[in-house]
Amino acid sequence: MIADFGYGILVVSLVVALYSVAAAAMGVINKSSPLIESARRAMLLTWPLISISALALIYLLVNNHYEISFVYEVTSSSMPTYLKITAWWGGQAGSLVFWSWLMSAFASLVTLRKWDRDREFLPYVIIVASITLAFFLTMSVVFENPFARLYQTPEGIAAHTFAPANSVVFTPEDGRGLNPLLRHPGMIIHPPMLYLGFVSFVIPFAFAMAALITGRSDDRWIRITRRWTLWAWLFLSFGLVLGGRWAYDVLGWGGYWGWDPVEIAAFMPWLTGTAFLHSVMIQEKRGQFKQWNMILVILTYALVIFGTFLTRSGVLSSVHAFANSPIGPFFMGFVALTLIVSLALLIWRWPELNSETEMKSMLSREALFLLNNLLFMSVLVICFVGVIYPLVSELATGAKVTVGPPWYEFSTSPLFAMLMFLMAIAPLSSWGLSSQEKLSNLNKPVLGGILALPVLVFAIFWKQLTFMIGSWPGVVIALAVILAVAALMYIFRKLIWLAAVLAAVSTVYLYFTYTQNIIALIGFFLIVLVLAVTIREFWRAVRARQNSQQENFALAFARLIGRNRRRYGGYIIHVSMMLMAVGILGIEMFQKETQGQVAAGEALTISGYTVKFEDIASWNNPPEQVNYTRAVVGIYKGDQYLGQLYPRKDMYFSDRQMLNPTQPMSIPGNFSSFKDDLYVLLVDWEPASASGATFKIYVNPLVNWLWIGSLLFFIGVVIAAWPDKEAEYATARVRNKAYQPSSAD
Amino acid sequence: MKVNKFLVGGLFILAAVVFLIVASSQANSEFFMTVDELNVQNANVAGKNLRVSGAIIGSTIQYDAQTLTLTFDVAHVPGDNAEIEAQGGLAEVLHQAVIDPSRSRISVIYVGPKPDLLRDEAQAIMTGHMGEDGIFYADELLLKCPTRYEEAVPEQASSN
Repeated sequence: MIADFGYGILVVSLVVALYSVAAAAMGVINKSSPLIESARRAMLLTWPLISISALALIYLLVNNHYEISFVYEVTSSSMPTYLKITAWWGGQAGSLVFWSWLMSAFASLVTLRKWDRDREFLPYVIIVASITLAFFLTMSVVFENPFARLYQTPEGIAAHTFAPANSVVFTPEDGRGLNPLLRHPGMIIHPPMLYLGFVSFVIPFAFAMAALITGRSDDRWIRITRRWTLWAWLFLSFGLVLGGRWAYDVLGWGGYWGWDPVEIAAFMPWLTGTAFLHSVMIQEKRGQFKQWNMILVILTYALVIFGTFLTRSGVLSSVHAFANSPIGPFFMGFVALTLIVSLALLIWRWPELNSETEMKSMLSREALFLLNNLLFMSVLVICFVGVIYPLVSELATGAKVTVGPPWYEFSTSPLFAMLMFLMAIAPLSSWGLSSQEKLSNLNKPVLGGILALPVLVFAIFWKQLTFMIGSWPGVVIALAVILAVAALMYIFRKLIWLAAVLAAVSTVYLYFTYTQNIIALIGFFLIVLVLAVTIREFWRAVRARQNSQQENFALAFARLIGRNRRRYGGYIIHVSMMLMAVGILGIEMFQKETQGQVAAGEALTISGYTVKFEDIASWNNPPEQVNYTRAVVGIYKGDQYLGQLYPRKDMYFSDRQMLNPTQPMSIPGNFSSFKDDLYVLLVDWEPASASGATFKIYVNPLVNWLWIGSLLFFIGVVIAAWPDKEAEYATARVRNKAYQPSSAD
Repeated sequence: MKVNKFLVGGLFILAAVVFLIVASSQANSEFFMTVDELNVQNANVAGKNLRVSGAIIGSTIQYDAQTLTLTFDVAHVPGDNAEIEAQGGLAEVLHQAVIDPSRSRISVIYVGPKPDLLRDEAQAIMTGHMGEDGIFYADELLLKCPTRYEEAVPEQASSN
């Protein structure tokens, strides 16, 4: 009954969404504002409708209605209620409804805003949002009905939306339950975060399409959607970080990111979104890059749909293949259709989107932003090539060749290094100025010398470097990064020398105390450089404000950020990225591991830590159908006792008698400090003898900075995205157009 | 605006990306092979990074907990997903591979903790290289079992 009701409401919301598309389109054609108003109201109706349908689904999940195929698949009687609710997005059918629900919420929010100045956008925004919504609702209604029941027919038991002939409803005694790997707090909020990010990128796309159709070539659509983009970016970033944290806590392989195709699928829209966030500033300030911004927002939208498809289709086998389905071709068709239509619109409006000003200098801020965009696109291209590599190589050579994490790390790390360097010099550059105006002329012999020196050093130590880095292309790439950094540092020498000296001193210090690895040293040099430049920017601005406004340091600092949220929020994000880079360099370059079997009282040692096996116990938890085996280990740094860790192995069973084991799960014991993480896994044990247990131990240096950085990142984005009326007025235009104050969104 | 300057810059970046991809592919790509293909082209694969998939034969699993050395044999399974589906799904294919003595097999050595999912009729996806002794030395071992959590459809039911 409830299931039929839920399904019916889902069908009604699809009809309403389709009506809203049709009414908006008719309204435009007939120039009828009542029709457009009707479309808007229909749009607003979808969210309550889908909410009712979702509540019906949650009711079924919580009350163990196992005759519903979806409920049977994702819940079981042994699961607590909160997990039954979050099982809503634990499987394909439910997560599609979840997507639609978020989509309708955001579309409603955006149609509720004041539209006074942008009336002409409204019908097109409604059309784009409603088409997207209708597509996802169609998937739910036609292919992935979460309310489908299990029916017993002569041929067997199968899920059907409508009762087939000669059938009776089949009710299993218990559900199969949510995969235990997904019963983790990080996993409960990771998918919604990613989906929030995905869905909110639809809004900028809708406005971009509206701008293209109406032919408004100004940056109004960007100004309206700026905060949407920032929030979308925040959710997407946080989704990615939470996924990493979940992998670190639950998957027990001592890592956080495996360059898995599905991870890359979520990372690709992040890359285009990040490029977009930067390049919209050039359109706002200089009226350039209009076509490029359109391309970026179209690409982001396509990648968002593609990402949803990849994460939920099971076409790529990966740790994320928790759901399988037949809807792949429809997703690909939808992506192809939106790409074709939106690119056709862009080509139609191409001449009207020409730049209003010219790019005068290779070293102006807009040129550096362009470089930043090209680097992000390059990373995107590499990720995309990596994902399709097996398909392409099979077509081209017949041999199936796959690429793993080393491939991605090798090819993207020089690009990330250049991006870090851009973070250091971009804040020092100015809009539109040519190099002659701002920077002193080049002294060619000096520049030649600066460039020749690394080449010479690399030539002399070629053999050692090839051995250290592992391959000759790696050495060439490291040299290229050093040369590019050195040349640009020379050009910006007057502004950057202090930071460069600080970075150089830190690097030399690290060389003697921490590492001789050249890749890591390049990384640490860049990190210190960016931090020094960014902190100096804060310092200079705060001092200037202190002098002019007679404020104390703390007040000046707070007001500085408050008055220029976007700029200083952005700088805080840069700092947070550097902290995350410290963590990534640490775990990628210096991770150590050991493993061994020890008897009670014996110990394993690694990187100055001693891990002493003290005790082990095993017990059952019948209500949750799980057996826990927990080891107790004492950890010491040298002679100093640090405490105990409890690495665990959980074994889940499919029955209450605990006879059929299904899924084991290794929960690490983790001792975390700013310097490193001691990450202990219980691998195996002898049940009834004293011969002991087997442990695998990782030391993950500096990895905590990854999580600390992501918290700071959150703060930075919130500052940059916080609604603020003043900020719009503060972004004065540099270009030669009448300055028009605009209302905040 | 000097278009040429930016064009040259763009081409330079493009060339750099192509170089990165090519250089990385030479050093880091893995050739995906089935057990059949491995046994046929034994001579061609020396020194290459390989990725091999096979069905674990439970009776051959040996684990030395002192040295953490794991040895087992795997039997040939098709490399193509469509082919696996055509033969009745992963569970069925793995089962057939293990009970059919005429299937080609290879021995595998892996040093490390014994993985949770290691058992008879599990699918092993191994990265490593062929030794001259005809044994596959795995650096990385991924296991897949068609358990109730990974199959979308229960045994007694099939999706419409």
